[in-house]
Amino acid sequence: MKRIKWLALFAVLALVLAACGDGDDGAADTTEGATATTEATTDTTEAPDTGGMAGQGGALTLLQWQAASTLNPLLSGGTKELLAASLILEPLAEYDPAGNLVAVLAADVPTVADDLLSVTWTLKEGVTWSDGSAFTADDVVFTYEYCTQTADCTQSGFFTGITSVEAVDATTVTITFETETPFPYNAFVTYQSPILQKAQFENCVGTDAVACTDENFGPIGTGPYMVNDFKVNDTALYDYNPNYRGAEDGKPFFGTVLIKGGGDAEASARSVLELGEADYGWNLQVDPVVLANMEDTGIGVVLAGFASNVERLMINQTDPDPDLGDQRSEPGTTHPFLTDPAVYQALSMAINRQELVDVGYGFAGSPTCNVWPGAPYASTANDACLVQDIDGANALLDEAGYLDTDGDGIREDPDTGDPLFVLYQTSTNAVRQSNQDLVKSYWAQIGVDTELKNIDASVFFGGDQASPDTYQVFYSDIEMYTNGAGSPDPQTYMSNWTTDQVISPSANFGGGNIPRYSSAEYDALYLELTTTGDLDRRIEIVKELNDLVIQAGAMIPLIWRGSVSAFANSIGGVGDLNAWDSEYWNVEDWTRSE
Amino acid sequence: MATTRERVEETQDQTIESPERYRSLWSDVWRQFRRHKGAMVGLVLLLVIMFGSYVGPLIYPLDPFAIDTSQASLTPSLDHPMGTDNLGRDVMARVMVGGRISLSVGIAAMIVGVVIGTVVGILSGFFSKLDGILMRGTDMFLALPILPLLLVIIMLFRDPLREAFGPELGIFILVVSIIGITSWMQTARVVRGDVLALKEQEFVLAAHSIGSRKRSVVFRHIFPNVLSPVMVAAALGVAIAIITESALSFLGLGFPSDFPTWGRLLFDAQGYITITPMRVLWPGILISLTVISVNFIGDGLRDALDPKLRSQ
Amino acid sequence: MGRYIIRRTLFAIPTLIVISFVIFAILDLAPGDPTASLPLTIPPEVREKIREALGFNDPFLVSWLKWLYQMMIVEPINLIEQMFNITIGDSENRVRIISWSSKAPVVDTIIERIPQTLWVLGLAFILGVMIAIPVGVISAYKQYSVFDNVGTFVTMVGYSVPTFFTGLLAIVVFSVWLGWFPSFYDTTLVVNSWETLVLQFKQMIMPVAVLALFNAAALSRFTRSSMLDNLNEDYVRTARSKGLNENKVLVTHVLRNSLIPVVTLIALQIPGVFAGAIITEQIFRINGLGQLLISAIQGADVPMVQTLTFLFAVLIVVFNLLADITYGLLDPRIRYE
Repeated sequence: MKRIKWLALFAVLALVLAACGDGDDGAADTTEGATATTEATTDTTEAPDTGGMAGQGGALTLLQWQAASTLNPLLSGGTKELLAASLILEPLAEYDPAGNLVAVLAADVPTVADDLLSVTWTLKEGVTWSDGSAFTADDVVFTYEYCTQTADCTQSGFFTGITSVEAVDATTVTITFETETPFPYNAFVTYQSPILQKAQFENCVGTDAVACTDENFGPIGTGPYMVNDFKVNDTALYDYNPNYRGAEDGKPFFGTVLIKGGGDAEASARSVLELGEADYGWNLQVDPVVLANMEDTGIGVVLAGFASNVERLMINQTDPDPDLGDQRSEPGTTHPFLTDPAVYQALSMAINRQELVDVGYGFAGSPTCNVWPGAPYASTANDACLVQDIDGANALLDEAGYLDTDGDGIREDPDTGDPLFVLYQTSTNAVRQSNQDLVKSYWAQIGVDTELKNIDASVFFGGDQASPDTYQVFYSDIEMYTNGAGSPDPQTYMSNWTTDQVISPSANFGGGNIPRYSSAEYDALYLELTTTGDLDRRIEIVKELNDLVIQAGAMIPLIWRGSVSAFANSIGGVGDLNAWDSEYWNVEDWTRSE
Repeated sequence: MATTRERVEETQDQTIESPERYRSLWSDVWRQFRRHKGAMVGLVLLLVIMFGSYVGPLIYPLDPFAIDTSQASLTPSLDHPMGTDNLGRDVMARVMVGGRISLSVGIAAMIVGVVIGTVVGILSGFFSKLDGILMRGTDMFLALPILPLLLVIIMLFRDPLREAFGPELGIFILVVSIIGITSWMQTARVVRGDVLALKEQEFVLAAHSIGSRKRSVVFRHIFPNVLSPVMVAAALGVAIAIITESALSFLGLGFPSDFPTWGRLLFDAQGYITITPMRVLWPGILISLTVISVNFIGDGLRDALDPKLRSQ
Repeated sequence: MGRYIIRRTLFAIPTLIVISFVIFAILDLAPGDPTASLPLTIPPEVREKIREALGFNDPFLVSWLKWLYQMMIVEPINLIEQMFNITIGDSENRVRIISWSSKAPVVDTIIERIPQTLWVLGLAFILGVMIAIPVGVISAYKQYSVFDNVGTFVTMVGYSVPTFFTGLLAIVVFSVWLGWFPSFYDTTLVVNSWETLVLQFKQMIMPVAVLALFNAAALSRFTRSSMLDNLNEDYVRTARSKGLNENKVLVTHVLRNSLIPVVTLIALQIPGVFAGAIITEQIFRINGLGQLLISAIQGADVPMVQTLTFLFAVLIVVFNLLADITYGLLDPRIRYE
């Protein structure tokens, strides 16, 4: 009997020990593998030494609190996976932090053919994959075929509107478009559309793509690093690529890179800025006061990079009243008061954008009144919103007849007699919630009652048709989130306000027009943009489109948001933070100084 | 020796029949309870916390929702005894309002959980026919993934409840019932274990043999004897409910952000722990103190309700 | 007893199938979407195509049956194959459970995560039990002594203060202010020398201490109350009056009877410890099973969530079974027929 009493305990103990033992063995195996590869590579890199030897700089530790789930960026599309893969795989061209195109695997950046129907890329000579084989036009063509034939390819959006990708010779690739395409730099441009090696992925096309775990977790690339060990959603360990084209110049400096996941933004910031446990921390959306406080420790620095992301309030143009049943938030209905210029202008005027920035974003945000916030496309016509004007907003509402008739501090709609009450939703996130609180307090001052709602991000940004809580379904009056363009050219992004893109909850899936804004004038102007090649005229059109959206009150822009990352002071050669492309876009130039 | 047990059984049998003796049992319990120092300290502490939470906001002059970013992240001072948060709201006012919600959630959810747990536990322990089904049901509840379950429940019921009871009461009912229906299983198992043991004891067997009906056996003999584990479970239940509510707030599933609870305040404040540590410490300490008090009260009740201990 | 064990074990199988069905139904109703984490720049048509390819839109029953087949047949076969390095049948074309986010076999990822979870949780649990039982026993035996009062108070505090609060304080004090221990858990650390062992010890000490304190507190309270119940039983007095020495009374009579519910609680707590890992692993950034579950839920990775929660369910059912069997073996008053 006595023995049996401890049986359960022993069972647990045995289980724990057995599992621990296994873990050790597994880990030890990988290290042996690691040392083996390192030895092998040192043999081959007795290269001419100009700027020091490649890989001399030891280990670089990058914290990505959301870790990569795969290293095949074409099967994931999430920023975390794209970043982790950008150390290995490269596109033809990428953007620098200023938004200029820079050739990577291409010899230079080509221009579109005169008829706007094709573009021809010439590849850089002498580029090899990390296994030593040559990089050719066939790899580029294969990548196109891979993505278009594989249903799981998340990046197929980069290849829409393309009729063919052909290899003219070993170093020339021609892309042909269905329609006039004044801006041809989508396919194979940026870390979102990198090139896979044909030899490796040949048998992984279509339904086989998913089963190729070894390939997806260890793609062979042309970039400065190659995979040593990959653990799903946890860590990725890289060795430098001795066949990298910069190896003769001593690039990359760091011999190994470790991308470590886990925790949250704040803990990552602390690791880099206060504890010196890592060299880089990604995506640190943390209260600016807290970040600044951590930065004061003096061992790291916070950088911000700006693209076109704008934190905005989307104003529902349709009626989200639940009593409408299946007509709720459907195009065709009209919001009882939010489409009235007096109301949406007053809502916008009442907001103190600078305060929202100070509370939530610090130097990683700046107030904006535009759909497209950055030069050269930014309009100046709406800048009045930068100054909060409670009195003006109150006067505007008074004038339009929205008065507080029953003395409860909330104005009533003169037509229906209903109080001005808005349901205001966003995703769950500390900064968003503090901004929600502030906006609610501004609107209280102009007699508008606000109910706040926050929804888990995996639901809010999900596309589940059954869920009433997604941002597309938009069963609320106002919602807040961030969106921006994928590239410095605004064309694709501006399509999000055209009538074809209007979302209808009852349709299977809609487009990107979340507020269901519809205007013939906008549609006509947008059509003109898609066929105009002249840059000055394009800038003019984008500004006009921008002003139409703002003045119709389909969107109240709040903050131009940058991405925020932290670097240890000892890391050099980073330059500005790249918000248009991978933050690791120039990782081969990073060095460590003491 | 055995006379003690007999006397107790006798007392309990008679208490239900005669109201006067019933009251005297409870005054006996109260006498015993007062001797438990921890429980008395806990009771006083809990009353103070409850007073602060339910009456405090009526007396305290500052508005917990007034935003003033020029007063952001202040350390404690005379104007703001616990400092201010990152939006310049007074932390003390928020802590008091938060306590009101957290305590209400804790108590209400505990009642739901304990009632379900006791009923299931007694039925399952006493009626062997029901045992299999109920215990497999309990296992199933224990084995269910709570997080996705919460997501679904909230998705399915948030809107209807909001319509029916308004945003505040609606989400309150939702959170209370979620915590209640996901926290009764331990109580059920403990009660069942006790009932299984009680069932084999002489006085229950005796009650059966003199032809008592099952219902009367349950109410007269079984229920009073599982009261002490139920009381302990109730105390633990409040603790678990308050902690679960904090965890829910952490996941964004609990109350909305303009609706402070201790858990919510703690999680909102965790990033500021090095700047305004009081913001983290106060809600954390209050959660802990409340739970400690409740647990001590549970201990005191347990001792006071246990006839064997009482007679010593 | 033997028949009872066999019957319970057989009964566990349909129970588990029902549980897997319920979990699957819940996940099917859940509002998450695997494409939610993708950048908003990816157009809706592409998202729809991805969902289609993942089988997100498959009829519920079809995907459940497929999962059940894979979980019950394909994965065990694969595990045996890997363990003994053999090939059984057509292993090339057998489709394993594939994660939606990583596109890799779910079970492989889970196996990768088990060591760190077990290291921390297992150690914390064992440590907790080792502290709790002596403390609980002595507390009860010397009820109202200084030891009991201090012990009761300390365990009360340990039990009452939520781990997310103590964890947070521990990180601030020991990582940020004192700099003694790292604030994140390095899963790539390989223990092969004295230094790495020290590092491993350092990174484990905070989560293990916080969890062990919590586990010990709950368990020692329970042990104490169970001991108290038994100390006043008639048989103890009888034993004492027989002139048995006190140690023997305590160990052979009271302890044995008191530990019956405690053993049950220990068995019942083991699966709970895994569930409790979710918050602890988040705070100390341990990339274990809890973290895997959270990220899978956030990413609406249904196969991963389904498999993980099912494995949790298996743990619970198995340990419940174990608890009931030990209960029956240890307490002759409980009769199973």
